[in-house]
Amino acid sequence: MTEYTEHLIKTPRHATENKFRYVWMVIVPLVAILSQVYIPRFFSFLAYLELPLLVTVHFALSRGGPIAALLYGMSIGLAQDSLSHQPIGMFGIVKTLVGYFAATVSMRFEVENPVVTFILSFFFYFFHQFFYWVLARALLGETITFDAQQTLMFGLLNAAVALPLFRVLDKLKVAQ
Amino acid sequence: MDFFLSRYRNLTVLLIVIATQLLLIAYQVKTNKDVPLIRVWAVTTVTPAEQALELVRRYTWGFVEDYFVLLGVRSENEKLKHENGSLKIENNYLKAELSTADRARALSVFQAHSQSTTVAARVIGNGTGANSKVVFVDRGSASGVESGMAVVTPDGIVGKVVDAYPTASLVMLMTDPTFAAGVVSQKNHVHGTLKGQGHSECLVDYVQNEEPVEIGEWFYTSGDDRIFPKGFPVGQVRASRNGKTFKEIYLAPSGMQGGVEEVLIVLQGVHEQIPEGEVASPGYKILAPPTVSASDQPAAAEDSALQATDADRLRQIYKQAGASQNHVFGEGTPGSKPPDFTKIPTLRGAAPAASAGAPAPGQPGGAAPSGTSASAKPAAPVSPTDKSTAINSTTPTKAQPAPASVPKPKAPPRGPILEAEPAAGDSPPAESISTPAIKPDRPPAGATLNAQPASPRLQTPASQ
Repeated sequence: MTEYTEHLIKTPRHATENKFRYVWMVIVPLVAILSQVYIPRFFSFLAYLELPLLVTVHFALSRGGPIAALLYGMSIGLAQDSLSHQPIGMFGIVKTLVGYFAATVSMRFEVENPVVTFILSFFFYFFHQFFYWVLARALLGETITFDAQQTLMFGLLNAAVALPLFRVLDKLKVAQ
Repeated sequence: MDFFLSRYRNLTVLLIVIATQLLLIAYQVKTNKDVPLIRVWAVTTVTPAEQALELVRRYTWGFVEDYFVLLGVRSENEKLKHENGSLKIENNYLKAELSTADRARALSVFQAHSQSTTVAARVIGNGTGANSKVVFVDRGSASGVESGMAVVTPDGIVGKVVDAYPTASLVMLMTDPTFAAGVVSQKNHVHGTLKGQGHSECLVDYVQNEEPVEIGEWFYTSGDDRIFPKGFPVGQVRASRNGKTFKEIYLAPSGMQGGVEEVLIVLQGVHEQIPEGEVASPGYKILAPPTVSASDQPAAAEDSALQATDADRLRQIYKQAGASQNHVFGEGTPGSKPPDFTKIPTLRGAAPAASAGAPAPGQPGGAAPSGTSASAKPAAPVSPTDKSTAINSTTPTKAQPAPASVPKPKAPPRGPILEAEPAAGDSPPAESISTPAIKPDRPPAGATLNAQPASPRLQTPASQ
């Protein structure tokens, strides 16, 4: 194991923890949800952006606590469900799992590294989409198809967007 | 239990949360009901922000959009101005083309319907000279054009060819001061000579002041000049007034309205009839001949055969006077006693009565030929049933009844009777009211041309 990989593993993020103000914890997901429902009206090609998911991942990675992360993810997911035509809970379950696993991963890795951030963002996007598809088929009996190639592509794009977005969101944190 | 919860607290919470949401979904799917409370909260939270965003976007983005739009307005305005100018030029060009096409079509239609042989030509240039009104056309002697040929359009005459070159001809327009042509008016058939004036109007000269010419009346070529065939429109009278010697009549040439571009050169002219216009009023009322009853028909036919003229009637009187004196005409030897014609009372008193039905020409009340109607003086109405009144009114001598030996003329007048304006209260006979339309039976002016055409180009329609 190289020194670099040891650094990635042994330096968890919340060792030097900066936390969000509570107001930003409300505003940021709200803006993310708003962006998801509003921006595609004018730029349809931005519909692939899953900003609420990225916000959830960023919160989970930076906050550190799995319970807080899963509750945060659940809240954002339920808000998304409320603005959709699906039964409430679909996005809630998926984002709950994402928040939990992201928070769990953040306790093991140095998540401020851009490479780790990119990989985690890509992975959680794919996981989010895949698990949503599983839930839709299992719980709702919907016969939607899962386009893995397209999902991988959109995962890469979301991961690319996550890098600058996480930089911006990091500016909102205050040292504690 | 406490150990388990503290050891696996995160996992426990996750399972509880997942289970709760699964139950929530199961409830919604099972009951097919929604959870309106959560949706109301979410929608109530999100939509005001969305409305604010939309408001901001509308003003900011709209402003930015307008700004960028206005940035392009100047250049677009210049572009549109340029385009507008190009379209105007194109529009004018197309209008001119359309007008040319219309004129060409009119020319072709005119050519097809005209009996004269014509060739179409286009004006290609003006002649030099300050007052001369001459133009060059693109048809010359190679196309059969000769000097002296008429140049017309469907609207009227234009001028005449004064010089013919192989590829072009010089045409003197009818507005040239040296141009002249014979014309005749449509309504009153007044003959005159058209003269150019150097401007847009032409003068019709040599028309007597007494000739009636009305403003708006059309003049046509009379064919007298042996250049223009008879019947081509010349123009409409714009002004007509009496002059010192002749009437001053000014025409607006109809063939040159709107300029001259395409013309027809008359290679072989055919005289045509002048279109019928309104018949001029002669200034007096002409009665229709009285109707003849069936009982009078044989006598009238006999009288009309015997007394066709005044001389016949006089001859009849003298013959009857001689017969009453047992004189046989044609058998008396020289020196024998002639019949005493002084005994004929009708020669003094009843002679007018004999001729009352048809007085001699020149006598008051006489039926004058239509051509001399202007000098005839209208007489009082004469009725065949009131001849004695007519005798008394026209004979200054003492009226005497006609002798029985003198046959009373029974024939009603066959010709038109001139009638003066009746006095108020007079009720003329019913058959006298109607006024027959009289068409002046004037031989066409071109008839002399037809008889001995000096120019081989002029032909009559009959000769075609």
